[in-house]
Amino acid sequence: MTTELFIQYLMAGITYGSIYAIVAIGFNIIYNTTGIINFAQGEFVMFGGMIAISLLQYMPLPLAIALSVAITMLIGALIEICFIRWLKAPSVLRMIIITIGISIISREVAVHIWGESIRSLPYFIGNEISSIPVLGARISPQVLWVIAVSALMVVCLGIFFKTTSVGREMRACASNRKAATLCGINTQNMVTLSFVLSAGIGALAGCVMSPITYSQYDMGTGLAIKGFTVAILGGLGSSGGAVAAGLLLGIIEAFSVSVVPLAFQDAISIAILLIILFVRPQGLFGSKEAAGLSEF
Amino acid sequence: MKKLLSVLPLLGVVIGIHLLTSATDTMYYLTQMTMSAYYSLLIIGLCVLMGYAGQISLGHAGFFAIGGYLSAALTTNNLTFHQDSTLLRILDGTGMLLSGHDMYGEVFLVVTPWAACIIAVATAALIAVIIGIPVLKLKGHYLAMATLGFGIIIYRVTLALEYFGEADGISEVPPFVLLPGLSVSGDFSARVQNYYIAWILLLLGMVLLLNLIDSRVGRALRGIHGSDEAADAMGVNTSRFKLQTFVLSAVFAAVAGVFLTHYNGGIGPSEANVMKSVRYVAIVAVGGMANLWGALLMGIILNFLSMRGVFGSYDDAVFGLILILIMLFAPNGILSINIRYRLRQLFSREKDGEEGGQR
Repeated sequence: MTTELFIQYLMAGITYGSIYAIVAIGFNIIYNTTGIINFAQGEFVMFGGMIAISLLQYMPLPLAIALSVAITMLIGALIEICFIRWLKAPSVLRMIIITIGISIISREVAVHIWGESIRSLPYFIGNEISSIPVLGARISPQVLWVIAVSALMVVCLGIFFKTTSVGREMRACASNRKAATLCGINTQNMVTLSFVLSAGIGALAGCVMSPITYSQYDMGTGLAIKGFTVAILGGLGSSGGAVAAGLLLGIIEAFSVSVVPLAFQDAISIAILLIILFVRPQGLFGSKEAAGLSEF
Repeated sequence: MKKLLSVLPLLGVVIGIHLLTSATDTMYYLTQMTMSAYYSLLIIGLCVLMGYAGQISLGHAGFFAIGGYLSAALTTNNLTFHQDSTLLRILDGTGMLLSGHDMYGEVFLVVTPWAACIIAVATAALIAVIIGIPVLKLKGHYLAMATLGFGIIIYRVTLALEYFGEADGISEVPPFVLLPGLSVSGDFSARVQNYYIAWILLLLGMVLLLNLIDSRVGRALRGIHGSDEAADAMGVNTSRFKLQTFVLSAVFAAVAGVFLTHYNGGIGPSEANVMKSVRYVAIVAVGGMANLWGALLMGIILNFLSMRGVFGSYDDAVFGLILILIMLFAPNGILSINIRYRLRQLFSREKDGEEGGQR
């Protein structure tokens, strides 16, 4: 393999990997505050891309993306308020089924609004054929957009959780909900906020990836599985782990193109998921004790 | 024996439906009733796994597809070109192969439906064991995702392999001759016959499962559902019981797949789709999880309505909505809703609200 080709594959891997990492972080944010795995996480990404594409007819690109992210956040909030908030101590099985139901409904709403056609946003800079030379390989500028925006999101989320008071309250809620309530934190609002945040980053990821990977009403399930794989691989609840695992999965997938037929591409991540679940359910970077404490 | 008696009234209903449709000249309903019966066979199997053993599976369409696809491929794909392989010789020696000439006079060599059925169901059971041993150690979200992953892999395999017809699936599957004169096929003249084959199969499955949940195994399963650890502490071999139930439900799914494929005369990748698995889970949930009769009833009604096209293009949406509404308002199934109690609760809550306002 030439260096050029190697870098080409590597960049493709990092691009997809950053998207997976963002979806995984979306899983983590909701998991941390509620203990729920939101099976509809992939649908946030789909909504982000699709809404932005529709809005583009009426406004410039940056505004369309911003508005699309805001609308998806609203959808996230509505989902939490309508379906999650008022349930008292629901069983895990019940929560799984409800979020699966939400994911199906979202997909059906999307197919009735946008149809089954594959759409995409235009490239943010340049077009399909424009490229930037990186170490001898030629990379589409959109790839750099995806990587930069994802990195920015991770950094901003880190700052938000570390320094702002709302971020601290959310973390308190994540580590011990009862204690957080006793400290006067409105934990229910924190849960809503976690859905809003997670919908927001998902939607933004959906917008930046749309020019490369396209948007379709049923893209959510595949992304959710991969995002979940990454979340587990990195240790459920850990953002740093999610980034590392996301890049790892993306790169493995990219390089496997030369070995595995394209039709089985998705099977790789699922196989990794199954192996990880059987061998090391606490994830590559998670600690066994922490995994033992949380309820699955 | 008692269980056998308890399904007898159902047999009466089955005969009643037949007579009613033949009297009102709506015999075409029997076709959908037959298909519903096969799907319900899968659903009652899943019901025992989910409701009694408490293990969710989002991959049961995968087992259905393994049964259906293997049986279809074995009985349809011509093996003439591999005639000299040892495996085929063994099969031929045991009388499991069927040769002849098709309508163009070409020689064909396929596996007999009975042998194909046994191979398909055995394969599904074997895969269930292989998948089940590691997967059933997982709980909650992990189990759901792992079984979902399994389902997606099967879907991908059906789409990718030429042997399974890729996106087109397999068509022109021959009838399954159970006994001379009794065959599973979509043939117009065999409609009534097939209606009874499907329903008797379903009733037999029902008797088997009713007996199972009322036995020591059933009590053990309910113990596992309540608390894994507690059941373990009481000396129940939890992992073995979970695995057995998983394999049993996979076998039910595979049998349903085999029969429905022969009945339809074909199978396509949509049968392996994840949405199908979710639909089965939805129906079990509506029926009330640990309620075989509920699962059976809802399996028949919802599948029948869906196949009559009552929901139109909103088919999947309806199942998604059902899933959410049931889980939100009646997690114990639609049959458990006590309307009067619900209303009273609703009013008393409003009263609480008023008091809160006055304070």
